[in-house]
Amino acid sequence: MSDPSLPESQAPVDAYERERLANVAPGDWINPRPAPRYDLVVIGAGPAGLAAVEAANALGARVALVERNLLGGGCLNTACIPSKTLLRTTRLYGEMLEARRYGALAPEPVETDFAAAMARVRRIRSQLSRGDAARRLGDAGIDVFFGAASFVDEGTIGVGEDRLPFRKAMVASGASPAVTAVPGLAEAGYLTSETVFDLTHLPKRLIVIGGGPLGCELAQAFCRLGSRTTIVQDLPLFLGGEERDAAQLLSDAFARDGIEVRLNTSAVAVRVVDGQKQVDLLSDDYRSTVSTDVILTGMGRLPNVLGMDLARAGIAFDEARGILVDDELRTSNPRVFAAGDVCLEHKFSHTAAAAARIVVRNALLGGHQRMSELVVPWCTFTDPEIAHVGLYVREANRLGIPIKTFTIPMHEVPRAVADGEDRGFVKIHIAEGSDRILGATIVARHAGEMINEITLAMVHGIGLRALSKVIHAYPTQADAIRKAADAYNRTRMSARLRARLAGFFEPRHPPEG
Amino acid sequence: MASMTFAQHVSDADLLEQLQLAAWRYFPDATRPVTGLVADNSRPGAPISIAVVGFALACYPIAVARGWIARDEAVARCLSSLRFLHDSDQSGAADATGFKGFYFHFLDPDTGARVWRSELSMVDTALLIAGALAAAQFFDADCAAERELRELADFLYRRIDWSWAQHGAATIWQGWKPECGFLHYGWEGYSEAILLYVLALGSPTHPVGDCYPAWTATYQWENLYDNDYLYAGPLFVHHFSHAWLDLRGIRDAFMREKDSDYFQNSRRAAYVHREYARRNPMGCAGMDENCWGLSSGDGPSDEQPLLDNEPRHLFGYAARGVPYGPDDGTLCPSSVLASIPFAPDISLACLRSILDRYPEVLSEGRLSSGFNPGVSDAQGRVWISPGHYGLDQGIAVLMLENHRSGMLWSLMRDCPYLRDGLGRAGFTGGWLDAPLSPEGLR
Repeated sequence: MSDPSLPESQAPVDAYERERLANVAPGDWINPRPAPRYDLVVIGAGPAGLAAVEAANALGARVALVERNLLGGGCLNTACIPSKTLLRTTRLYGEMLEARRYGALAPEPVETDFAAAMARVRRIRSQLSRGDAARRLGDAGIDVFFGAASFVDEGTIGVGEDRLPFRKAMVASGASPAVTAVPGLAEAGYLTSETVFDLTHLPKRLIVIGGGPLGCELAQAFCRLGSRTTIVQDLPLFLGGEERDAAQLLSDAFARDGIEVRLNTSAVAVRVVDGQKQVDLLSDDYRSTVSTDVILTGMGRLPNVLGMDLARAGIAFDEARGILVDDELRTSNPRVFAAGDVCLEHKFSHTAAAAARIVVRNALLGGHQRMSELVVPWCTFTDPEIAHVGLYVREANRLGIPIKTFTIPMHEVPRAVADGEDRGFVKIHIAEGSDRILGATIVARHAGEMINEITLAMVHGIGLRALSKVIHAYPTQADAIRKAADAYNRTRMSARLRARLAGFFEPRHPPEG
Repeated sequence: MASMTFAQHVSDADLLEQLQLAAWRYFPDATRPVTGLVADNSRPGAPISIAVVGFALACYPIAVARGWIARDEAVARCLSSLRFLHDSDQSGAADATGFKGFYFHFLDPDTGARVWRSELSMVDTALLIAGALAAAQFFDADCAAERELRELADFLYRRIDWSWAQHGAATIWQGWKPECGFLHYGWEGYSEAILLYVLALGSPTHPVGDCYPAWTATYQWENLYDNDYLYAGPLFVHHFSHAWLDLRGIRDAFMREKDSDYFQNSRRAAYVHREYARRNPMGCAGMDENCWGLSSGDGPSDEQPLLDNEPRHLFGYAARGVPYGPDDGTLCPSSVLASIPFAPDISLACLRSILDRYPEVLSEGRLSSGFNPGVSDAQGRVWISPGHYGLDQGIAVLMLENHRSGMLWSLMRDCPYLRDGLGRAGFTGGWLDAPLSPEGLR
């Protein structure tokens, strides 16, 4: 659910936009008459809210969904879908700029058409909004209310004059961009990851403050569109949580793209001089100033917890961490659950939807499914992509779990070499002395697709030994996973077995190493 | 052609002797008269590098033992630098020499004052003080000069406030500047810092807390090209603590878990580097299984004309690593030489092939910091880093001595501070279980 305090969208209202808004926020919508009591009332129609009402509705429960802005939430309207759509265009430009690497010719210079790229974003967003359309949900039997929801008491949610009594409720109000307080930033003006898709002209110069996933994706996209791009990150590497080698490969890719990379650097002040935005940067003892046309910031996310009278329903929350939930996603009000960005550390659409399904099971079916049991992959959609699932090595080391990594550089994978996409790796972490997969990190052009195989294996307890028996279509980049499994198998051939086998074969020189 | 003849026609033993002797001569040549400290490299105007000073201090015992310099002259040279350090400005001011017993990375060759706004460097201070302790171990005569040398080394070590450098953190900060305090390098994973941790743990005056487990918590044990090893990209990481510490057969908790040791690990790292070069994924000119060695060192930068047509970024002085680069085809011959104690067969073969193919990497008998067969000048000559760097020469002298006689390892095994530090880091087994030799108990 996006923040109503944000400025109205400045994007051109074309036929695509009219269709999208007719789907996700129809102007002529009349809220239904509330039922005497709902089995489940859900606040927020982002990925968590939609997943919950659909799952509950499929069970035959009486369900209401309340949304104060746009159905589909940030995912459809301002985040995942528009950004991935734009990234597809910029990936193409990235390849055109490197056409000679692929033995191809591209026009020089490569000219970009920002308006066309953004029109495509609107078209695809509009197409995908059909799945989240209010009328479709209404036709399926879900009561959809547009308006601001707030708790009236421990068992009732109000929307305007309407009262929605509930057996169970779920808050999935999402999160909003967290803008770092930099003196002068508000006066100079800035865009966030949500408002950046309202741009109608490509900025000549762009500075991105924040080197997390959103900042990295957008910095690379605008650089490839032709903006002179600077990215500022206050940590030594991008993507704070990811492993060092992955983050380093991303820094290298940024440098090749021509992004000006400023690591270990903070924006300390913003000024407007002669109509130009100037951002003062500080890196240890080094001060510098970058002039720019657009400042993009607010890459962190703050949970939306205000304005819903949560306290009136006895729901505990913290403005930074969001609604406080237990491992079964129950709030301090046992009838109210939460899911998605408003309560989870990992703010991803797929985590939100998975959490919502847990809520439906626990709230309506008396289940005791735990959030901590989920195996959640994630991916940063830069080029190359960086995907991860499970434990990081440093986490395992701190937990005292002996861990070993099987590393396949993508230059070992024929398809990756053929594709000119050989900068990256597959690292699969296993528990030492077994073939049990604890986690994996993949850096590859299509890492997001490849990580799913590892997730499947982890969820179903499939070890590396079994993965080596899975024939992978050749040549594919996912064959890297089989190669890691083969490398594991080679380490399992004991010296004793080798010695016994040696009796069957012709003598040869002992291997070195 | 003289170099090619030299490399092709001498025995391994003669080759190593001559390389070691030439490398050693860097140090007297590059010592600055006023401070007694040693320049970072041989180019005009080069500053002092405190790490290079450490290597110099450790080279003098070797040179004495090999008869390359008279003992009293070596003692006098060591004393000159140790006295300077003893009397140096330790105020931590912007133009001081050091702070809290640590030293700024680069110093003015004539005054010893900080230059280039360089950082107070914990790991380079460790290399410096390891050199001082090595000299103190060797110069054990009961005469005034050698007594003073030992006392100075001991004073300098005891003066270092290692606990200050752990201030508020789980591990040791790697740098500090008067302008902004501690620096956020975010060092993670295996690095050349074992020596730093061992010295910091072994201090009788200002030891760090129990931070070794936090440092090793970021280690990555990886199977790469069918080698199981503790991963670090640049080859020098596998050498710079190992030159001083005899890591054969002694193990910390991590190596016990992996049933390996740091010596074996450096051997495997050499094999991994060779495997990478055999694959040569970036298609770099000249790189193959007998021409490898991605490490920290000098390299060409983007202005150089390329031999091949593929556009490629060149990284200048950088830490190049395997398997994720950066790899612009620049190789560091001294990193191959420093691998000799660990993997003699493949390292010697590689070094010989480099000397055969690119004899110009030797000048005055010393290895250049880097060369890049894919980059050439207008006359078609392969790019070679001009002059010499002290770190390359220092690691060459120390590692060749360890390979030839094990002398430095043996000296340092008897240093009680290092023994204590290794013990506190959790190292056990091997020579640590044996009692100190009579020299060590002295």
